[in-house]
Amino acid sequence: MPEFDLIIIGAGPAGMSAAATAAHGGLQVLLLDEQAQPGGQIYRNVGQNRTSRGWLGTEYASGARLVDALYHPGVTMQFGATVWRLDAGPRVVWSQNGASHITAAPHVLLAGGAQERPVPFPGWTLPGVMTAGAAQILMKTAGMLPRDAVLAGSGPLLYLVAAQMIDAGCPPKALVETQSAWAMLRALPYLPKAIFAAGTLLKGLSLISRIRKAGVRRYKAASAFRAATDTSGAIHFSFRSRGKQETLTCALLLTHQGVIPSSHMSRAAGITHEWNAAQVAFQPVHDIWGATDCRGLHVAGDGAGIGGAQAAAAAGELAALDILRATGRLSADARNQRATTARAVLFRARAIRPFLDTAYPPPAEILSPTDETIICRCEEVTAGALRQSMTEGAQGHRQIKTSLRVGMGACQGRMCDATVRGILSAGKASRVGLIAPPRARSPIKPIKLGELAALTIDQEEKA
Amino acid sequence: MERTDPEIIIVGGGVVGLSVALGLLLAGRRVHVLDGADSDARASQGNFGLVWGQGKGWNFAPYARWTSDALAAWPDFARKLADLSGIDVALDQSGGFEFFTDAAEMDEFAGMLAQQQRHLGNQACYEMLSGDDLRAQIPGLGPNVVGASFSRLDGHVNPLRFLRALRRAVTAAGGRVTMGAQVARITPVAGGGFDLSMASGKLTGADKVILCAGLGAATLASDLGFATRIRPQRGELLITEKLSDRLPFLSSTIRQVDEGGVQIGGTKADAGLDDSETLEVMAGLAHHAVTVFPALADVRVIRAWGALRVMSPDGYPVYARSARHPGAYLVTCHSGVTLASLHASSLADWIEDTSAAPDLEAFDENRFTLSDAA
Amino acid sequence: MKIASRFLTPPEAGTTVQFRYDGETVTAPAGISLAAAILTHSGAFTRQTATGSARTAFCMMGVCFDCLVEVDGIPNTQACMTPVRSGMVVNHQMGLRGLKGGNDA
Repeated sequence: MPEFDLIIIGAGPAGMSAAATAAHGGLQVLLLDEQAQPGGQIYRNVGQNRTSRGWLGTEYASGARLVDALYHPGVTMQFGATVWRLDAGPRVVWSQNGASHITAAPHVLLAGGAQERPVPFPGWTLPGVMTAGAAQILMKTAGMLPRDAVLAGSGPLLYLVAAQMIDAGCPPKALVETQSAWAMLRALPYLPKAIFAAGTLLKGLSLISRIRKAGVRRYKAASAFRAATDTSGAIHFSFRSRGKQETLTCALLLTHQGVIPSSHMSRAAGITHEWNAAQVAFQPVHDIWGATDCRGLHVAGDGAGIGGAQAAAAAGELAALDILRATGRLSADARNQRATTARAVLFRARAIRPFLDTAYPPPAEILSPTDETIICRCEEVTAGALRQSMTEGAQGHRQIKTSLRVGMGACQGRMCDATVRGILSAGKASRVGLIAPPRARSPIKPIKLGELAALTIDQEEKA
Repeated sequence: MERTDPEIIIVGGGVVGLSVALGLLLAGRRVHVLDGADSDARASQGNFGLVWGQGKGWNFAPYARWTSDALAAWPDFARKLADLSGIDVALDQSGGFEFFTDAAEMDEFAGMLAQQQRHLGNQACYEMLSGDDLRAQIPGLGPNVVGASFSRLDGHVNPLRFLRALRRAVTAAGGRVTMGAQVARITPVAGGGFDLSMASGKLTGADKVILCAGLGAATLASDLGFATRIRPQRGELLITEKLSDRLPFLSSTIRQVDEGGVQIGGTKADAGLDDSETLEVMAGLAHHAVTVFPALADVRVIRAWGALRVMSPDGYPVYARSARHPGAYLVTCHSGVTLASLHASSLADWIEDTSAAPDLEAFDENRFTLSDAA
Repeated sequence: MKIASRFLTPPEAGTTVQFRYDGETVTAPAGISLAAAILTHSGAFTRQTATGSARTAFCMMGVCFDCLVEVDGIPNTQACMTPVRSGMVVNHQMGLRGLKGGNDA
């Protein structure tokens, strides 16, 4: 493999836009992604869906531009490539088809994106309960349409998936929304600023009006989620809405409570993280160009703080421009000049966040669920067991982990960290940020012993 | 009014501190354990869980005997712990191997074991096995294993459940454990006893103070006039996904936790307080594991971590009474799991200076000052 | 009892592949993930945890590790990260994996 100036981890909007900008600026770029195609989750399969699945919408289709821009001689793409370690240097260790590779470059851009915030409630582990994002991935990658499905939770993605299902001719059975009129009221002061993102705001309103027109039943201010199943595999979803107990029977229950940065890699790399109180999540500390406190490591996109696809693409471009400056391809002045458009896009895209973050907050009951709720899916540990461990004195992630095995399974805490933090702070959002995130270590994705062992032989051969 | 101050404060709520606390509580003392921050070094949360004797004390007879006594005391201790805590620590003392891929290293270790045996009165408890003997006994063992030592006395526990069991047992026996209580300073009081000031600003006091805080005890120990210089030694470990099958052996570097995961470890590095996991060592551990047992190649590593061993200058435990400040004790060792059975029993007699006290003179820290002077 | 797929899959043009899932032959569009292919076929669980609780694909993006199945004898394979291939032999998993593939079942 040739020498690379820049390794980009993640081929979503941030990674794709950074790769194209850097390659056009003369850099040799290695772009790594776990999936089989570029696009990330938001534009998943967009290159393959150009002439089909139009119901995914025009905003989705616009991602194809970013994919097309990748085909430049300066961009080497590796798919099915899982990065499992990132060292100072920087040096990236990645696995593909059962073999691991070590690649070094002066600059590494982490553009790993986001994951959906875990939504724990009794029954969330049952077959038939999935995330709304998972259903959308199946729609994008396989044209599969959720059958007899209830969408539950809050946030823009919930409306988007509902509208896409309607347009595909398979509307959801009901929309169960947790946000309250109170949250919307609290968000109103942020509306004037959100006008800078008027386009996004209008799109949101149009989604909601399509859902109304389609006659989808909506339940508001819903709480106390609970799912059960029967021998037919149907899901019986019960909840409270406006003081009334409701039960819906469906084939699929799709939940969503927003997205949070995927921070395992940035934490394991040693980048300092900070608490984003508005988004109720930790994110890597970075400057406007995505530079971090670790030499040569940059971040962009939702993995650096949730901003959506347009903000991600703009941030990717800004990071690439700064890396071009750092490698002597651009003067600081030229970088600043070329950054004007991206900075304006970023400003507009971020203008709507305070409104969205306040209008669709994660409800307290998912941050600190009832005792019977499984919070660690891998090790099958309940919220009640965690609270018991707190009465024995556990005060932090590490003590919880070592006394209950919470977060020790294959997902390495991705499905439970947020909930552990919520319970440790007794569901009080103001206190969650005081609890340091757990230590993330390599391998950040499981790797076979044989594959790991093979790295010693490579090193011996080189020596 | 009944006095509520503890008689004894133990600084450090890891395996060593909690074991010592349990022994003193069972001897009828009022004990308060002060544990530090979630982010402290905490060797007790990163260890391998071995209850192990092979090779220990081969050139220091008192340690060979102390370890041998500890192994013998473990079954009783595990039962006591289960009674008090309701937690089974999965003690398995059915014997363990030390595998070798290098014949010279194996010969050297055999010499050490022979010397260890002489300290122990030549009771036969280990044997040396050739690679072929081993392969006949353990199907699936790798062709590059040249041999192993085997001791029928060695074993292991589930280290994390053990820590939780100790914490529960201490509470059940009437002790207090306060977590997040970092001790900033210990001041001897004229006429006896100690005042402790916490990082939070709180004050407390006790007649006796026992430092069991591992690497965290360094500053406090020198404040109290102890001479021991404790240093960290990094060990790195891997753990795999859980398996339904039982691994057909226990070794000092490869063991299966009762829950199913296979733990691989045993490396040593001087890296100061850096507890990172390094690529080279991770790969080396994996290489060792698949060399010893090739079927492991297909098993996934889920986590790797570094942890810091607590080492005295000669690597042996230190049991020291402060000459300058009577009532202050330093208890520090690397093999906190193996020795826990004695820390939770006869060490209390030594601290209380009863007629049953074991002779721990050889473990006093004057061995460092004496050798310094020499 | 067989549990119907929880998804509707309108026919689309394109090539298909055939693979075996729990002894049945399943036809799926080429290029989709194994998890998607199984979900078009059945709404049932694809693995049971160590304590016997039923799970199947949940996040579809490689995060949750609930879609683990045995693929060509290799257990704990993430179905959502594995492209479906013609001739694959796939089985659901019961409990923890065994040392040499296979599982408790």
